[in-house]
Amino acid sequence: MTRFLLQRLAETAAVLLLMSFLIYGLIGLMPGDPIDIMISANPDLTPADAERLRKLHGLDQPIVARYWAWLTAALSGDLGYSRLFARPVLEVIWPRLGNTVLLMGISFALALALAFPLGLLAAVRPRSGLDHAINLGAFAGISIPPFWLAILLIILFAVILGWLPAGGMGEEADGLWSRMSYLVLPVATLTLATVGGLIRFLRAAVMEALRQDYVRTARAKGVSRARVVLGHALRNAMIPVVTILALNFGTLFSGALITETMFGWLGMGKTIYDAILGNDFNLALVGLLFATLTTLLANLLADLCYAWLDPRVSYK
Amino acid sequence: MSSEPDLQLAAEAAYAQGPPQSVRLLLWRRFLRHRLALASLLVLVLMAAITLAAPLIEAALGLDANRVDLFALLAPPSAAHPLGTDELGRDLLLRLLYGGRISLAVGLAAALGAAVIGTALGLLAGYYGGTLDALLMRLADSVIALPLLPLLIVLVAVDLTKLGLPEGLATSENVSLYRIVILIALVGWTTVARLVRGATLSMRTREFVRAAEALGAGAPRVMLVHILPNVVSPIIVATTLSVGNVILLESVLSFLGLGIQPPIPSWGNMLTGAQELIWTAPALAVWPGALIFVTVIAFNFLGDGLQDALDPRAVT
Repeated sequence: MTRFLLQRLAETAAVLLLMSFLIYGLIGLMPGDPIDIMISANPDLTPADAERLRKLHGLDQPIVARYWAWLTAALSGDLGYSRLFARPVLEVIWPRLGNTVLLMGISFALALALAFPLGLLAAVRPRSGLDHAINLGAFAGISIPPFWLAILLIILFAVILGWLPAGGMGEEADGLWSRMSYLVLPVATLTLATVGGLIRFLRAAVMEALRQDYVRTARAKGVSRARVVLGHALRNAMIPVVTILALNFGTLFSGALITETMFGWLGMGKTIYDAILGNDFNLALVGLLFATLTTLLANLLADLCYAWLDPRVSYK
Repeated sequence: MSSEPDLQLAAEAAYAQGPPQSVRLLLWRRFLRHRLALASLLVLVLMAAITLAAPLIEAALGLDANRVDLFALLAPPSAAHPLGTDELGRDLLLRLLYGGRISLAVGLAAALGAAVIGTALGLLAGYYGGTLDALLMRLADSVIALPLLPLLIVLVAVDLTKLGLPEGLATSENVSLYRIVILIALVGWTTVARLVRGATLSMRTREFVRAAEALGAGAPRVMLVHILPNVVSPIIVATTLSVGNVILLESVLSFLGLGIQPPIPSWGNMLTGAQELIWTAPALAVWPGALIFVTVIAFNFLGDGLQDALDPRAVT
């Protein structure tokens, strides 16, 4: 087990390193470079100055040399300054990471709390009216563009009814309740955008488990239907479900990016989007790497859960 | 005296009474599901026909889809403008139709591209196995696990002239169209690749494949002539489902200002401006999103129905 864990951690680190090089290269391919931005901000700079500045900051070096310089600095804890915020990148990212965890955590928990009962209900009564209704709802959730859902929610709850703020995060001085009200619409958007896929997957996994021989055996031995569904089918269905939950982490993050951008919620997704559009190279790079790292760790967690849930799997 | 005629009579009598109620009910329910897929197909054909007929409708209305009319900004629906006008006084109906052309074309083209890549890689991985298989599937795993949207945003932002593309091509009006199709195809192949690989693995040792090999068929012939026709149904199902996903992804990117660039209309980029106009002209925000929603859900229903029809073993 320890060996497996170490091996997977090493793999994760290798993938992260590879991704850091790829993302570094991609960001280098974005329009303009830091010196272009300096020139546009200061018309007194001559082309000769620009050339000197490029040399000073090492921008005339080949990409591998520049990446190596960045990597050694990054590993010693220096991730550079954010251009948009004029502060060290990590100082910008920490509070935003917290905001994203809050948004994603609540939405994911809500989506799970909705998906489990609905998926189970649909699976135990396949092709009933209830199943069709749940299935339709799930398909609607999968198919609705999340940014449009956000617009609709804003139109309904902020414009027409005026119950909730259309965006932002509230002031420190506001009470807890009024600050919570800023979370309602983003959480609703992200939950609805996530729950459809979860329901479809849970339903399929439980239906598959219910068709297995051990379910028939258990029923034949006189175990109650509820116990068979919850104790036998659901437990076995959890194995594929957990894998999908972890793999969905990347999707959840993408959803969070859209939601945060729509509602002005200052999280990682919005930070990455703003950084890329605002030519904030350092911030974009670190933000993307954080997003990749968390996704990779979620996958690792899924592998561990997999072994824990399924005694047949062993990582010796 | 043989009892055969009696048996036959009994079977005929049973048949004359019709199948048992539960089977009839089952067939009816199945039919109901397929009717949904059928209706979706109808909707999609209709949608394609109307968007293809956009120039005719343009001529019939006597309007120009790109004409800016500053005296009729945000006009309400009227005889001249059946759905009113947008924030630049352009006819909303015509913009929706031309946007639909783009969204549908991008969805189909990118999904087909992804299917071709996925099929090729899946066949190779499944047929040759070994290191190639391990490498390709590891690659697929990584692509699935990554936070797709943030990375796509960087990829879309890449300055094509830095990649060595000629200036004229890199700044031409249609480049955003080609770029989005290619990028989505390059990240969207994983599902098809996994399905095809799995199916190829099980085909590789079948008698007819061994027979073809024994008769001297080369690897390309075995893969394309003997294996491919047998793995076509999962490809069709996955591709149908992915058209919907691609349309969603394109709309998100275009909405964020990174996909299809104005003046080319797409349902996604028509919503970009609509967010600021929520308070004054909510209708502008409703129409394009509703069309995306209807199209995507129709593709999903169609894919689901096809799966039922083509792969009866799968739990749906």
